[in-house]
Amino acid sequence: MSSKRPTSFMEGVSEINDTPSEAAAATLWSDVWRKMRRDKRFWVAAALITMFALMAIAPFLFFTKDPQACPIADFAQRPSREHWFGTDILGCDYYTRVVYGARTSFKVGLVVASVTIAIALTLGASAGYYGRKTDMIASRFADILFSVPTLLGAILVLTLFHGGGALIIGLVIAFFGWPDMFRLVRSTVIGGKTRGYVRAARTMGSSGRTILRRHVLPNGIAPVLVFAAYVIGGAVGAEAGLTFLGVGLQLPSISWGLQLAVADTRFPELAYLMIYPSLFLCLMIGAFILLGESLRDALDVKLEPND
Amino acid sequence: MTDPVLEVEDLQVEFRTEEGVVKAVDGVGYALGKGEVLAVLGESGSGKTVHARAMMRILDSPPAFITNGTVRLGDMELLTLDEDDMREVRGSRVAMLFQDPHTALDPVFTVGDQLMELLRERRKMSRGQAREESLALLERVGIPDARDRLNAFPHQLSGGIAQRVMVAMAVALEPEVLLADEPTSSLDVTVQAQVLDLLGSLVAETQMSMVLITHNLAVAVGLAKRIAVMYAGRIVELGPARDVYTTPKHPYSAGLLRSIPDIQVREERLPGITGSPPNLLKLPTGCAFSPRCPLADDRCRAEVPAYVEVGTDRWSACFHPEEVQR
Repeated sequence: MSSKRPTSFMEGVSEINDTPSEAAAATLWSDVWRKMRRDKRFWVAAALITMFALMAIAPFLFFTKDPQACPIADFAQRPSREHWFGTDILGCDYYTRVVYGARTSFKVGLVVASVTIAIALTLGASAGYYGRKTDMIASRFADILFSVPTLLGAILVLTLFHGGGALIIGLVIAFFGWPDMFRLVRSTVIGGKTRGYVRAARTMGSSGRTILRRHVLPNGIAPVLVFAAYVIGGAVGAEAGLTFLGVGLQLPSISWGLQLAVADTRFPELAYLMIYPSLFLCLMIGAFILLGESLRDALDVKLEPND
Repeated sequence: MTDPVLEVEDLQVEFRTEEGVVKAVDGVGYALGKGEVLAVLGESGSGKTVHARAMMRILDSPPAFITNGTVRLGDMELLTLDEDDMREVRGSRVAMLFQDPHTALDPVFTVGDQLMELLRERRKMSRGQAREESLALLERVGIPDARDRLNAFPHQLSGGIAQRVMVAMAVALEPEVLLADEPTSSLDVTVQAQVLDLLGSLVAETQMSMVLITHNLAVAVGLAKRIAVMYAGRIVELGPARDVYTTPKHPYSAGLLRSIPDIQVREERLPGITGSPPNLLKLPTGCAFSPRCPLADDRCRAEVPAYVEVGTDRWSACFHPEEVQR
């Protein structure tokens, strides 16, 4: 026992002097992955998102029936072994319809997120990095759209279009919604471009574009990714809201918003019509928010203690 | 001096701010020989860092403007180069070393990533070559377990190791001139000496020239052959390090020397330099040091003393160089 002590003490010393090998071998993303793996929120979010993604791609995996088979005689049946979520007022199997609704929401969420990121990253990075006129023009444009509440603007445009498919709705939401992320990217870039490593890169002969791409954006991407997760969640909610109000998707499309609109007319006597699409909607939005939070904590490399 | 590598003449930089125009660098000039180390000594705000950044042309403009001067590097005039050519010069002919290595390294990439990026972009190396060369560079600057450090993130490194990494990056493209801006000021004292030794041996090995910017006289005397002392944007004294140290020819240098504690002498209070550093927005007429100078007379308060040769390779901007007491 006493002879073992010095050995373990020396082991401790060598550990302090050496760079921890596990961490040393890690790249940024494997470091993030290492942290997220330990985060329960991530696993809950991942499970839910995977489930919804599968529903969107291959709804038949979920023991659904034919979504178009709606024997009117079966209308408004309460949940049973035959119809897990009951049937809607046209006699369609409600479980099938709710599962199929995931596709619309998912599609809108992805369209909005990708368009928002594309616009916000390009404009925000240019505005923040180059400043002056570029910033002036991009920022004023963003300010104008920012002053229009997203939902109000979307209602206006969609009314003119008489609704539209998931793609159109997604584009409209993104069009009015991107200024939020633009501001985030712009301020991140402004904060990032005065960092020591940016100056150091300049003294080593890197060009402005290289610095933006290699240093400023990688350092600023964390909040953007986190925000993107929230944007997806928000877009899913916005689509449901717009559709509920009658300016989004129209019948015979399948959407949680449409289901809620119909359920609203029969509330509270057919409350289950309201409950199931609401539940799915909340779970999907919640999953993306949870993912964002887990990502936020995992990406914050600079919070790690300096040892 | 035979064929200086770097020749600076009458360099002037001003900052145009809301409160007025600040002459941060006001007519700095010197020549630097091959393999020579020149220390530029001065307090905060003396313009020593600004002059180096002006030579690199990395000052943000506005507010900073280079209003006059020439910076000759070999046969090239840096101040009139266009931005693309200047980018070629940066890193490969003049490189810079910063005070705080942890802010100068990008926190999201490993040491290897950052070195390899530089080598691949500027020396057109393949991934494999760049990796080998990065490893060689880290070993050259004396980093233990260099192979492991390649995969380390900056926050996993101690200050000394991180600064060695910065040195490796600075010499990666074999520059002729290294501008070292307070390279040891953020490090522990024991580590400071190691990094200075490293810089000294690199200079001896590669015949690279170095401008060592520092506020630490001991650092300057330890490494530099010559010392330039800056005050309020000007060089007030320049000469061989030993001579400036033993027989200063400007009262400001003498004041700096007096304020170093001597271990042989127990003093109640160190003699400092009276007064406070000058406000560059409202410089006094005449010699900028005159309000704090024990030798100042009416002429000092009226006229700016010219920068003149006061001995072999000794220059001073003082009307009374011979009366200066250490």
